[in-house]
This record gives sequence, C-alpha cells and structure tokens, in this order.
Amino acid sequence: MALKQLSVFLENREGRLEDLFQVFGENSIQIHSFSLAESSEYGILRLIVSNPEKAKDALKAVDFSASLTDVVAVRLPGGFDSLKSVTDAVTSNYNIEYMYVLSTEPGQQAIVFKIKDVAEVEKSLEEKGFELIN
Amino acid sequence: MEIWNEAKECMSRDEMTALQSARLRKTVSNVYHNVKFYRRKMQEMGIEPGDIRGIEDIEKLPFTTKDDLRDNYPFGLFAVPKTEIVRIHASSGTTGKPTVVGYTRKDIDTWCECVARSLTMAGLGKDDIIQVAYGYGLFTGGLGAHYGVEHLGATVVPMSTGSTKKLINMMIDFEVTGLMCTPSYLMHIAEVMEEMGVLDQIKLKATINGAEPWTEAMRNQIEEKLHVKAFDIYGLSELMGPGVANDCAFHKGMHIYEDYFYPEIIDPNTKEHLEDNVTGELILTNLNKEGMPLLRYRTRDLTSITHETCECGRTNARLSRFKGRSDDMLIIRGVNVFPSQIETALLSLDETTPNYQIIVDREGALDTLMVKVEVDEKFFSDEIRELEKLEKKISYAIQQMIGLATKVKLVEPKSIERSVGKAKRVIDNRKFD
Repeated sequence: MALKQLSVFLENREGRLEDLFQVFGENSIQIHSFSLAESSEYGILRLIVSNPEKAKDALKAVDFSASLTDVVAVRLPGGFDSLKSVTDAVTSNYNIEYMYVLSTEPGQQAIVFKIKDVAEVEKSLEEKGFELIN
Repeated sequence: MEIWNEAKECMSRDEMTALQSARLRKTVSNVYHNVKFYRRKMQEMGIEPGDIRGIEDIEKLPFTTKDDLRDNYPFGLFAVPKTEIVRIHASSGTTGKPTVVGYTRKDIDTWCECVARSLTMAGLGKDDIIQVAYGYGLFTGGLGAHYGVEHLGATVVPMSTGSTKKLINMMIDFEVTGLMCTPSYLMHIAEVMEEMGVLDQIKLKATINGAEPWTEAMRNQIEEKLHVKAFDIYGLSELMGPGVANDCAFHKGMHIYEDYFYPEIIDPNTKEHLEDNVTGELILTNLNKEGMPLLRYRTRDLTSITHETCECGRTNARLSRFKGRSDDMLIIRGVNVFPSQIETALLSLDETTPNYQIIVDREGALDTLMVKVEVDEKFFSDEIRELEKLEKKISYAIQQMIGLATKVKLVEPKSIERSVGKAKRVIDNRKFD
C-alpha cells in the first residue's frame, strides 16, 4: 500500500504559501513532512499530511491545483547511514524521480521517494526486510 | 524636395476624381465578370457594373473582409487566369490558413511605383544605398521594399532579418544612407549601435519604417539618436504590401496613393461614411490591380483622413497616425496575431484548458509575447520536468500557429483576471500614444 503524497502547484506569488497553510489550519490537516521543488516561475509543494484526500478537496475548493501521487515511504533501520541499502534495493530497475526526508527522529528515520511502479518497488523492499510506512 | 510622380501625386481633385471613377468602373467590371465571389455578392445586392458610374457610387458596393479572403483560399479571389500571376505572397490567417494574394507583372510594376514614391518622399534617390531589413519571403515587406528600391534606381542591400551586428557593420562599410525595417527593429539596431560605440560612424540619412504601429515619441527618439529622418510607411498585403501610404518631410499624416487605393473612413458599427478628420475604420479599394483587386476592404485600422493640400505640394489625401484596431488583432514584431489563433493552438493540445491570457510588452525595443496558461489538474504533474516539457509543447504549438517565439508561463487555476466571469484575454502593455 503506497503512501499518498499531496502535490500542490504554486505560483511564485506573495502570500500563496500562507494561503495554503491557512486552508490546512481551517481543516485540521497536520503536516508530517514536505519538500518544495522550484523553477523560476513556480514551485511544486509535495507534502505528507494527515488526511490527504480531505486536504486535496479543501485546496481545490479554493482554486489550488492539487493532486495525489503514490510514493514509497520506507524506514531506515540504521539511520541515514543506511540510505545506500535502500537505493541498492530499488535503483537497479528504476530511477528515483525525487526524494525527501519523512522523519529524523532517532531510530525512526525514514524517507519518501517517487519512483515508477510503486507496487513492485514496495514488494522488493519488503522482501529485503525493509519496513514500509503507509 | 523631389516628388517621384508629380502628375499623380499633385493631381487636382477634379482630375483625381475622374481618374478614380474610370479605374473603379474598370475594376468593378473586371471582378464582376471574373470573380465568382464578387459577382454573387453584387447579384445578391441587386447591383450590376453599370450601376457604378463614378467613385461617388462606391458606397453601393459590397465590403470585403479578411474572412472572405480565408473562405476563398487559396486562389478564389484571383481575377486573372493563374498563368498571368507572377508572384504570390501570403500572411498568416486566423485559423492557421494563410491569406493569399497574387500579383500580375503589371501589379508588381505598380507596387514598385508606390515604393519609389515613398522612398522619394523620404528624400532618397538613385545615389543612395538602402538596406532592406524586413523579412524576405512570403511576407510582403522584404520583397516589396526590395523591388521598389531597384525601381527607384538606388542600390539595394537585401539584409532581411538576422544578425544585427552584421547589418551595422555593413551599414558602416557600405556607407548605407537609407534603411527600411520595422520601427521596433530600428530601435533595437540603434541600441546595438550604441553598445558597439559606432553611432558616429554611420552615414544614414533616412529610415522608412512600418508594418507595425509606432508613436511620435519613438520617431523623435530614433531621429535624435541616429541623426536621421524617420518616415512612416503604411501597407497591407491584402491590397498590395508596404507602399499604400507614406508621410512626407512635413510629417503631417501619410499621403495615400489615391490613384491606386481609394480610401473611405466609416463608422465600424453603422458603416456610415465619416467626414474628414473624424476617426473611423479605413476602407480601401484597389483601383488599378489586375491579379486580385479587392473592393472596399475592411482594414480594421482606425484613422482619419484629410484632403487638404500638404505643404509639400502633394494633393494626395493624408491618413493620420493609426489609433488602433476595430478588431482584436495585435501586431507583434510586424506579425499580425489574433488571440483566436493562440486559442486554437492551445485547444489543439489535449492537456490545456482554454484559460489563457496574452501579455504583450516591449522590452527595450523589442516586442515580447507571453502566454499565461492556467494549470488544470488534468495535466498537473508533480514533477518540474514534466511541467517544463508541457511549457515547451505549448510554446511550440503557438509558434507553429503564429510564427513568433512565445514564452509560456503556467499559472494557478482562476488566477487570470476575470471580469463578469470572462477572462481578460489580452493585456497589451506597449504604449502607442
């Protein structure tokens, strides 16, 4: 079961992030992690939130372009030093499109990444003993 | 001050009216008998060529629009057999279909005569070396100006559009004295000259600029910077090309070559004739064209006319500086662009919504075109790479349609300003006053 990431298109305009966080506040959406990808004109905010479906609908109601994307979230048993074991496990078949940190809590370190064929990658990670987060 | 064809350019009003009447009768008879489109239109209106006795009867004739040209694509409005046509020009049309015009040998001669009159008005003659920096090709600017310069007997340097530095270097090396190009390109050339530090090395006397609207302020700037006289030329491919009208050294409006083009000014809504010095839409009729004569062509250009004799001695009526368009056509870097073309390009892609906005601006001297497109969830990707690919795809589709490089900017849904629910499609930040 893949994790649902909320992706939001943001123009580089003053106040847009503020508007977005306001919508989250009004709808009691908690942010677990996020990453902002930017070009010169716009950005894409990628978030892991408490209730992605609800967050998406709330954002669309106020004319944000938002969508849900399947991503893989995996715990790093040996902290960030064990990143290589994850990449070894997945990159022989596919490229990772992007990746960011989900948790830095000691012993609970985890990352999120986007890759093609999420189901197959998750299966292969599980077979190698990794713990997935849904 | 030289006048190329004093007999025609300084004709008395009575003589001009007689000449225009004779030529109109001949043109009407020609199109009635040789162009199905006009015959049908005139029959529908219950008019025969015999009803047109003189130029005063022109109001009885049907109008011609750009749509009529498109509907008769490609050769439907030609009044002579194809064997008589020696050249074709074309400009982009509203739905991607070009507007085609055909010229006989005599039409080309007429065009050369018109351009020679313009060049003479600008004080240029057979001793001059003139660079033509309009695009050569289907666009009438390049070739039209080129053959006019040759007809004048001056030396033509066919630069077309391309490297500005090369143009400037040749201008210095050849001691060029005349330049024909769009006003915005001339501004750009002046800026590059300034950067190169060669402003004091040029021998330029006069520039003739047209194909897009410009202002007195731009003229003053050009004249001051380059120490030249800058002249305004008007033309449109449907009627001929550059050389329908031109201003003389007194810069009090553009003299229209009335023996070839009959001007009327109408109220675009009521279609009634307007008096001299009242602004309305310019209507032009070809009086002496063989290949594709047009009756009462609606130019959509807004201007006014005066029949007062000019200080230069010419009696040819004068058109005031153009005040805009009666439709939504934009002229960007000399290219005619309709918002509907951009919409057609967007709709041809599956990914886009028709929510767009066209922003025209002038950066330094060059017009820029940007199209904002709202990002719809249908094609929203969470990868920058995919969005950039989409921008390129949209930009390419628009460029294919209008022939101009276009910057595409993706924006958030509903962020394009709307008035009464309808998005404002065009924002033109250029100043023409």
